[in-house]
Amino acid sequence: MKKQLIPLGIFAALVAFLAIGLTLDPQKLPSPLIGKPAAEFDLPELYTQEPFSPSQLQGKPWILNIWASWCVSCRQEHKLLVDFSKGNQTIIVGLNYKDTPDEAKAWLKELGNPYTITVEDPQGKAGIDWGVYGVPETFVIDARGIIRHKFTGPLTKKRLREELLPLLAEFEKEAIQDEN
Amino acid sequence: MKIKMQVHSWTSSMSAALFAILLFSTSCFAAIETYQFDTAQQEADYNQLIDELRCLVCQNQNLADSNADLAKDLRQQVHKMLVTEKANKQQIVDFMVARYGEFVLYKPPVENHTLLLWFGPMLFLLIGFFALFSYVKRQKNLPAEVE
Amino acid sequence: MIPEIGHFSLIVALSFAFVLATLPLIGVYKNNPAFIRLAKPAAFGQFAFMAFSFACLIYAFTVNDFSVKYVAANSNTQLPMIFKVSATWGAHEGSLLLWALILALWTLAAGFFSQSLPENLRATLLSILGMVSIGFTFFILLTSNPFERLMEIPQEGRSLNPLLQDIGLAIHPPMLYVGYVGMAVAFAFAVAVLLRGEFKMAWADWARRFTVVAWAFLTLGIALGSWWAYYELGWGGWWFWDPVENASLLPWIIATALIHSLGVTAKRGIFQSWTILLAILAFALSLLGTFLVRSGVLTSVHAFTSDPSRGVFILVFLVIVVGVSLWIYSIKAHEITKQKRFTFISKESFLLLNNVILVAMMATVLLGTIYPLILDALGLAKLSVGAPYFNTVMLPLTIPLAIMMGLGFFSQWIEDKPKRLLEKLWLPLFASLLVAFLVPLLLLPEFSGLAVLGLFMSSWIAFTALFWLLKGNHAKLVKPSMQNLGSSLAHIGFAVTLTGITITSLYSIEKDVRLDLGERYQINEYEFEFKGVSQKEVDNYLASEGLIVVYQNGTELTRLYPEKRMYLSQTMPMTEAGIDAQLSRDLFVALGERLTDTAWAVRLQYKPFVRWIWLGSILMALGGLIAITQRRHAKVKVSQAPKAKSDNSNPAKTSGQGVAQA
Repeated sequence: MKKQLIPLGIFAALVAFLAIGLTLDPQKLPSPLIGKPAAEFDLPELYTQEPFSPSQLQGKPWILNIWASWCVSCRQEHKLLVDFSKGNQTIIVGLNYKDTPDEAKAWLKELGNPYTITVEDPQGKAGIDWGVYGVPETFVIDARGIIRHKFTGPLTKKRLREELLPLLAEFEKEAIQDEN
Repeated sequence: MKIKMQVHSWTSSMSAALFAILLFSTSCFAAIETYQFDTAQQEADYNQLIDELRCLVCQNQNLADSNADLAKDLRQQVHKMLVTEKANKQQIVDFMVARYGEFVLYKPPVENHTLLLWFGPMLFLLIGFFALFSYVKRQKNLPAEVE
Repeated sequence: MIPEIGHFSLIVALSFAFVLATLPLIGVYKNNPAFIRLAKPAAFGQFAFMAFSFACLIYAFTVNDFSVKYVAANSNTQLPMIFKVSATWGAHEGSLLLWALILALWTLAAGFFSQSLPENLRATLLSILGMVSIGFTFFILLTSNPFERLMEIPQEGRSLNPLLQDIGLAIHPPMLYVGYVGMAVAFAFAVAVLLRGEFKMAWADWARRFTVVAWAFLTLGIALGSWWAYYELGWGGWWFWDPVENASLLPWIIATALIHSLGVTAKRGIFQSWTILLAILAFALSLLGTFLVRSGVLTSVHAFTSDPSRGVFILVFLVIVVGVSLWIYSIKAHEITKQKRFTFISKESFLLLNNVILVAMMATVLLGTIYPLILDALGLAKLSVGAPYFNTVMLPLTIPLAIMMGLGFFSQWIEDKPKRLLEKLWLPLFASLLVAFLVPLLLLPEFSGLAVLGLFMSSWIAFTALFWLLKGNHAKLVKPSMQNLGSSLAHIGFAVTLTGITITSLYSIEKDVRLDLGERYQINEYEFEFKGVSQKEVDNYLASEGLIVVYQNGTELTRLYPEKRMYLSQTMPMTEAGIDAQLSRDLFVALGERLTDTAWAVRLQYKPFVRWIWLGSILMALGGLIAITQRRHAKVKVSQAPKAKSDNSNPAKTSGQGVAQA
């Protein structure tokens, strides 16, 4: 009798995994860059063409938002970002991914510009270094220049309120502690 | 001309997910690039790498089979690293894993959490052999049949 | 009106399924012959109304009834009629209805082709099939109704993915489903036998015939999918170890083991416990496949739909069907006491060994397929397991399998001697070694150890099968029985497929090149000359059609016309490869991008022996279908009237099974 229960036992284990699997998203990919220093890049600013690099932002937490004018979901989150930038001092760097300057500028003109600095990455080279595989994506970097969080997909009010703001508050605190 | 690219569609409705799947599945097709290589070994390495690296925006395809923009970019990156930077296969693999995680490898590395995966097949066979062996050992001592 | 009738017809079919699932079973336990005799008519009623329902759905497609949501989502007035029909099973809801229809058909077949089974067993068997039917039909009616109407009727439907507008792809699902669903019959036999405690019966012989038919269709279905992917997807691949592909391979591997195990049970009456378990496992894997394809737990290019809520339903169904059967097994299996002596070197032992290897292969494919899911569920890592893994681990398992396939034929029942086997086998062994070394040395472009290994395995399987066919266990040539003809052919088919896989995997050449007008590129003895690209406008697409002239050793051999098609309803172009197909090799060209005014990127492929892969599968299926035409073994004990044939004295007919008779 014992031996004949083995098949049932194996089946039960399999079903358990499948059931859990139904609650998971096989496409969701956590970023391996969490906890690593922000990848260096040297990209031209969209309007002035001045070179910009993240090392210029040490000492304060900041946000990197990957966007493009051809990206439909980016429109969804853009309004949110614009509102956020009005009420918040945090530096937002916009990385224009695989786009053309004219279309990018027109888009920002139409929808507003929440970015402290906008850089262009027309070939997506910097994107690869940040593990970007789609748009939009948003990274949160702390005051020491370490990537601490990645949002895949458009930001929503909920994610802004429940994840982004608390994270920024935490990183601000850390920054102050560092200074002391 | 706008090139179709991966857009994260953030909606919980199933029809949107289905549409997204259709969208991805029609954009991920055979890509033909005419890359040049310095040696036959380089070409072989390139082909092996793009076979073993996963296209992250596709529904289960490797870099070789996908026409998605990200796949094109990553193939270009692999080629550049192989030919221009003279990197070896492991360095390129490490590069990709550092940025995209182990998920990007279709051939999982042998580590603690993949021991069962890699040794499982032989284990299954050995367990089977052993079970069979014990069973036959019992059988052969039965009395011969009378008919 | 018609869709509603179709819907209603489905509900009527469900009620017949209820009758089928309950009354005959009650009749068996309460000894009520009237109830028992309801089984066949109920099965017929179920089938009739299911078929009618399906016909209504096809009708809706043929008349472009876009008020039906499913039709609007999968069809279009521009679609050629044949693809309107095949669109019926092109997506989730319709394909499920096809599943249910095929299940009803198998149930009917099980009722009609088992006349010599005791009525009680047959009634139980049909009731179990009825229960499975209830589950599927409920699933359709509750979550996936193909007859659902739209409030706003669109003028035009959303078209079928152009990839699916292909005759090969149209037949592939029905063939697969006949295979998948056919496993339910052996399953029902197994559970019925457990419930009835009728372990003395020659149920195994019947179950084996049904299973072989199902297996043959599954073989063809898988091969069709592989062949379709090869010529349609544009880059010469024929198997990707995608989760959905693996889902079809799992029941196939177990069905192969099951067929052999059923053979032993039918012949010797032993292995019943193991055979029953395999039968449950085969159908469980069919259901698991359904789950994987439709629930979204795994990422796949083939996924029909990714709906976790539907996934829950299928999982619950799977748990009930398989859980209950395995539980019944755990309770009743100890009643199987029949044991017969056999030694380490014997046909029984070798067939069991074969089974062990096949189960290990199935477990390996299953492990690799769900491993990412397991690690994710445990929160350990996000991994991918793909073709490189499977290709690496499956080879070491195929080697012992190939060896056993040869040994299995010639070994004797109960007890055999190594010396006797060596006498029988030295010639095929020698021939195989010869082929394995000479072919790579003399005929193939370069020598490869793997080629030797692969060719040895295939030759060994083929030669042992051939020798068995010609002589069996006798000293001289004998006329083979249908059983022997069939099984030899099936084994040879496997060897052919294995040869194709070996050679094409090792000796294919693929080059992506830039070709300008008039430029040539050489691969082996072939030269490909690019003659430019012209534009064409057809039906529902625009095509850039290239012309490549192929020369063999300098003389023109053929002209190939690879295309890049832009379908009006899609935004991405589709590639249609230009293929010159021959038994010894395929020449495969595909268009890439236009590089300059006159130059294009072109992919050229040389694929030796690739057709053997699918040719082998045709032989396998054919072999199976021939084998089951064998008249039933006269020694089978049937509890009913003395209708047993008296020709069991003819040794030639039954010698195929081995001379030693218990």
